[in-house]
Amino acid sequence: MNATVVILFLAIVIATLFITYYAAKRTQTTGDFYTAGGGLTGWQNGLAIAGDYLSAASFLGIAGAIALFGFDGFFYSIGFLIAYLVVMFLVAEPLRNLGKYTLADMINARFDAKKVRGMAAFSTITIVIFYMIAQLVGAGALIQLLFGIKYWIAVLIVGVMMTVYVLFGGMTATSWVQIVKAVLLMLGTIIIAVLVFAKFDFNLVKMFAEVKTATVHGADYLKPGLKYKVPLDTLSLMLALVLGTAGLPHILMRFFTVKDAKTARSSVVIATWIVGIFYVLTVFLGFGAAAFVGYDAITKANAAGNMAAPLLAGVLGGDILMSFVSAVAFATILAVVAGLVLTGASAFAHDIYGQIIKKGKASDREQMLAARYASLSVSVFSILLALFAQSMNVAFLVSLAFCIAASANLPVILYTIYWKKFNTTGAITGMAAGLFSALVLVVISPNVFAPEPGQAIFVGTALFPLTNPAIISVPLGFLGGYLGTILSKEKADYRKYAEVSVRANTGFRE
Amino acid sequence: MKVESAYKEKTKKKKGGAGPLAGQGAIDYEKIVSSPEYKEMLRRKKRFIVPMTIFFLAFYFMLPIMTSYSTVLNTPVFGDITWAWVFATAQFIVTWVLCVMYVKKSNSFDKDSDEIIKMIERDGGSA
Repeated sequence: MNATVVILFLAIVIATLFITYYAAKRTQTTGDFYTAGGGLTGWQNGLAIAGDYLSAASFLGIAGAIALFGFDGFFYSIGFLIAYLVVMFLVAEPLRNLGKYTLADMINARFDAKKVRGMAAFSTITIVIFYMIAQLVGAGALIQLLFGIKYWIAVLIVGVMMTVYVLFGGMTATSWVQIVKAVLLMLGTIIIAVLVFAKFDFNLVKMFAEVKTATVHGADYLKPGLKYKVPLDTLSLMLALVLGTAGLPHILMRFFTVKDAKTARSSVVIATWIVGIFYVLTVFLGFGAAAFVGYDAITKANAAGNMAAPLLAGVLGGDILMSFVSAVAFATILAVVAGLVLTGASAFAHDIYGQIIKKGKASDREQMLAARYASLSVSVFSILLALFAQSMNVAFLVSLAFCIAASANLPVILYTIYWKKFNTTGAITGMAAGLFSALVLVVISPNVFAPEPGQAIFVGTALFPLTNPAIISVPLGFLGGYLGTILSKEKADYRKYAEVSVRANTGFRE
Repeated sequence: MKVESAYKEKTKKKKGGAGPLAGQGAIDYEKIVSSPEYKEMLRRKKRFIVPMTIFFLAFYFMLPIMTSYSTVLNTPVFGDITWAWVFATAQFIVTWVLCVMYVKKSNSFDKDSDEIIKMIERDGGSA
């Protein structure tokens, strides 16, 4: 650990605490807390979406995956990006027009039923927990590697920071931490990518020719199939990636921070450009690490390849660049976990406490108090889980979160907006079918059962052959919603649907 | 503020157990939905969004399907750059092109929906 990295690390801590201090003064009402008062501009929210989305898994994970597996690592970049078209074309604007603070609000704009809200809140909490453990465990391991401090201390540092942002600064602080992080991350990525490209004389053909001979895989490095050898598993993963984003509660929640659907649209467009440019650059990061750091050095630092980007920065720009990239990685983690805490808290405090228990009658003061208690509880609970989950495979937790989002949330979101006959029973059966099929299939998958000890949680034979269940659980989510609707005796409320349709499509509010 | 009041208004109405069209100035959404202007807007939206969504999803899944079940994409195009990389890059270009198209189209839909909101505000309450 050198002085530069400590200074940059502290600079990020101090800068984000300043943001939180100013945000705290502006966080007076529940609306301020959950949605920053709905006052963000398209640019601000677009950057914040990118900051919320580009997690350490994207920055460090994809760079590492491309460095180690070439083309197959790039699959993630493509899936994560095309997912934005699903958000843009089908979800963002109707969601903004119908919702208030949470995903459950949006579904409840059509079905005023506690069961539906409860189910949506449950699915949100499940996704947030999986995603959060993945981020915290990853963060702990990363900070341990970067700064040489113990895992539990690293988790505590990140945990305390995220709690402070959300508890005092709510969505305003969270958004600005995400905006700052997005700018830093893009800056760091562009610098490394340009340095890498310069080493290949800004010549793409030369770059490909050199990496072809640079890795242990030889010519296979540039071909698909190095990592994903089971076709159905590849397709299943790609399905989870492309549909998951449009059901991730912490991303969807960001659309409530802008004033109307038009601004929601411009924010998703800006996010798509930023995220797209970032994912193109992951190729340069991955190739650069493969060529200049080398397979052995990358896997020696971390078997999954997570250290590829910081190591590459070290080779290209010495200690200063490496420290900068490490600090960016730290900021990245903080921004993502803060968004997750806020989303988890909104499901507990707004959906379960405010709307189900208090039936929407809680005063603003009570709601704020509940939101803060919930944020604190979500943080403490996740920190504890992360301390015990140190040895969990984080990549599988993230893909599971995407899979549940695609299976449980997306079908119901789409049906709510676009299907006239959809009813309360269908909303519950749809979410239940998607959520539980994804969970059960993962429990019996090779992620949990492997023949060799140490490869998974238990030793044994997996009953379900695929590592990602999306290809089964996403259709089950749609089917569950469809069958629940047509088999129940309940009649769809067409009048309500007419209202939802008008509001979703025009942004009209009474 | 506006959001807040609309929200409260709605819950209030429900609490009263009011049936359709109860309360003063209740908006007849079914009438709006069956108006030719509204139907035309939905039809235009659908005609853009549905084919585009099918297109980008099909284009997207073509890539893993072709790389998993065949090796045709391993043919080089420029030097060592194969079709797989070209196809992957095309995914990015498609995303940005569709992004621009979506914004353009949506701006024209905005005009339609503004008209419809004007219509609702003019005579929506007098069902």
